[in-house]
Amino acid sequence: MTRNFATWPIILLLTVLSLPLFIMYLFLLVDTFSNTPPGSLLPNEFTLEHWRFLIDPTITGDIWKPTLTTFLFAASMMVIVVSVSATAGYALSRLALPFRRFVLSGIMVMHAFPSVTLIIGVFLVLQFAGLYNSLIGVILVKASLMLPFGIWIMKGFYDAVPWEIEMAGVQDGASRFTVWRRIILPQVKPGLLSLALFAFIDGWSEYMLPRILAPSSDFEVLSMYLNTVSDPNSSTYNFNIFKSVGLFYTLPVLALFVLFQNRLMNIFGGGTKG
Amino acid sequence: MQISIRNFTKTFDATTVIDDMNLTIRDGEMLALLGPSGCGKSTTLFTISGIHRMDKGQLMFGDRDVSGLPSQKRNVGVVFQNYALYPHMNVFENIAFPLTVRKDAKADIDREVRAIAALTHISELLERRPGQLSGGQQQRVALARALVRKPDVLLLDEPLANLDAKLRLEMRSEIRRIQLETGITAVLVTHDQVEAMSMCDRIAIMKKGEIVQIDTPADMYSNPRTSFVAGFLGNPPISFLSGIAMENAFSVAPIKLRVPLVPQEGIADGTQLKLGVRPEHFGPEGDIAVEGRIAFAETQGRENLYDVALADGSVLRSIQPAGRNWALGDTVRWHIDSKSVFVFTDDGQRL
Ligand SMILES: Nc1ncnc2c1ncn2[C@@H]1O[C@H](COP(=O)(O)OP(=O)(O)OP(=O)(O)O)[C@@H](O)[C@H]1O
Ligand SMILES: [Mg+2]
Repeated sequence: MTRNFATWPIILLLTVLSLPLFIMYLFLLVDTFSNTPPGSLLPNEFTLEHWRFLIDPTITGDIWKPTLTTFLFAASMMVIVVSVSATAGYALSRLALPFRRFVLSGIMVMHAFPSVTLIIGVFLVLQFAGLYNSLIGVILVKASLMLPFGIWIMKGFYDAVPWEIEMAGVQDGASRFTVWRRIILPQVKPGLLSLALFAFIDGWSEYMLPRILAPSSDFEVLSMYLNTVSDPNSSTYNFNIFKSVGLFYTLPVLALFVLFQNRLMNIFGGGTKG
Repeated sequence: MQISIRNFTKTFDATTVIDDMNLTIRDGEMLALLGPSGCGKSTTLFTISGIHRMDKGQLMFGDRDVSGLPSQKRNVGVVFQNYALYPHMNVFENIAFPLTVRKDAKADIDREVRAIAALTHISELLERRPGQLSGGQQQRVALARALVRKPDVLLLDEPLANLDAKLRLEMRSEIRRIQLETGITAVLVTHDQVEAMSMCDRIAIMKKGEIVQIDTPADMYSNPRTSFVAGFLGNPPISFLSGIAMENAFSVAPIKLRVPLVPQEGIADGTQLKLGVRPEHFGPEGDIAVEGRIAFAETQGRENLYDVALADGSVLRSIQPAGRNWALGDTVRWHIDSKSVFVFTDDGQRL
């Protein structure tokens, strides 16, 4: 990187701006492992009692079942979004499809559409298909809402792959499918990876759709579980436990983000070409 | 293998790019498709490869009609201008790709790849990624990959355009050497006449989707059929004078220039003509005197280039060995070598 300006003023500014957030998180972390006497700011004892909910289902109810459900929810959504975007993005980028322009602008419009406004229509479709109140229904809806974004991003990555590479593959005797799988797909791997992460995180944090589309079903995702724990009128309400559950819920997202932050930024580098 | 293109027509959205082209590439020869940008060279090449389909016409590999076959079934090797190596595979995997697609045995693949790598002098690079190679090395890998399947024909689309001057010189002879050693039929697309002349057995000059002339480099240079061909070959290029036919001579009245039209008698007096004079045929030696002023002089080391402005404003180029130097503004009385000039009609046909 060339340095034609000093970086420390920017780092200082960013530090000052993000300090409140950072301090909040620090307090959150400390609070889950300690007790603080009423009226005091600083904790006085270390304790693991706020994390008891991990092994003791009597406190707030079993947390592992919603965790598994959430994981399933996020993972299936990720699989659907990635596989459909990987194929549809390729088709839109490379194949001479009928109505290609129309489909492209359609995707763009869908991308810009606030998903809440679609809820009534989605509700009717789910009712009709018999998927209302089911996990599969919610997954399908959530995945399709993300598809315009995913397809658009993947199309951008495919557009950046030189046409000659593909033609070279065909010339070398490979079928279009083999070329896609063995030559083109590896070129867009960074895009696929970041899209997968986005999809997973998006699915992991979803709250609204399960509430609306499966209100009376027997499954529960973590966000709904957290909502129950945070109800101050409940008999088991404990603010520190609420914090611990919250932290538990955020951990996978934080971990993924820390592990893959460079990859995530890819999506903005490679996906800009329309 | 002999390749013939018969009555080939290609249209892109209502514009006809190639109209009724006929071309035969002889077995084992290297043919250059030479022409200005946009004349349809790549279109022709990619039609042979199968990337473009013919709108009309027939393509024969030997006596097999391949017009309807997709690229995969044509057995054609292509080298693209930017090499189009697969970035995520190393050199070995790149070269082996056509063979793995064909599902050859592993031992065979290994043997074939190493043999072709030896031929193209890249044996020590097999573990590298394309990103870790120089332009010339990438070029060799692309050649190796195109040749490893033993294709019926090798197609090269401006293979040297992305190389710097020195590498271009080196790869020019390398490509030719490899082509001769394998004895493969090859088509080279280029807009550089030097490349075409130095590498190929024959040159096909194209203009606006038509082949204007097809000949060996030497014949093409000494016997151009049109003024376009004469102007395309040769560096520095040929210069043209406009004049009329007068008593069996090419004549430019204002400067009292008369060049006898020895073999082409019987042209009606007053016919508009063009005279093409190559720079090596205009200088202190020769038989027909022309007076002019040096309007441009350039030293090239071994030779000097001059533009001589004649009294009527037209310009003749000359190339002279270094030694005796003329300066800008000098008035000179030089001569045209009348036996070596070309006479064209006004619309460019050679007389
Ligand atoms: N896919 C296409 N769609 C529409 N027109 C095309 C297409 N490919 C080529 N053309 C047109 O066909 C003509 C010939 O193109 P071609 O690429 O064969 O030229 P070329 O001789 O290879 O030129 P260059 O030396 O610039 O590569 C050009 O006018 C070009 O605009
Ligand atoms: Mg071209």
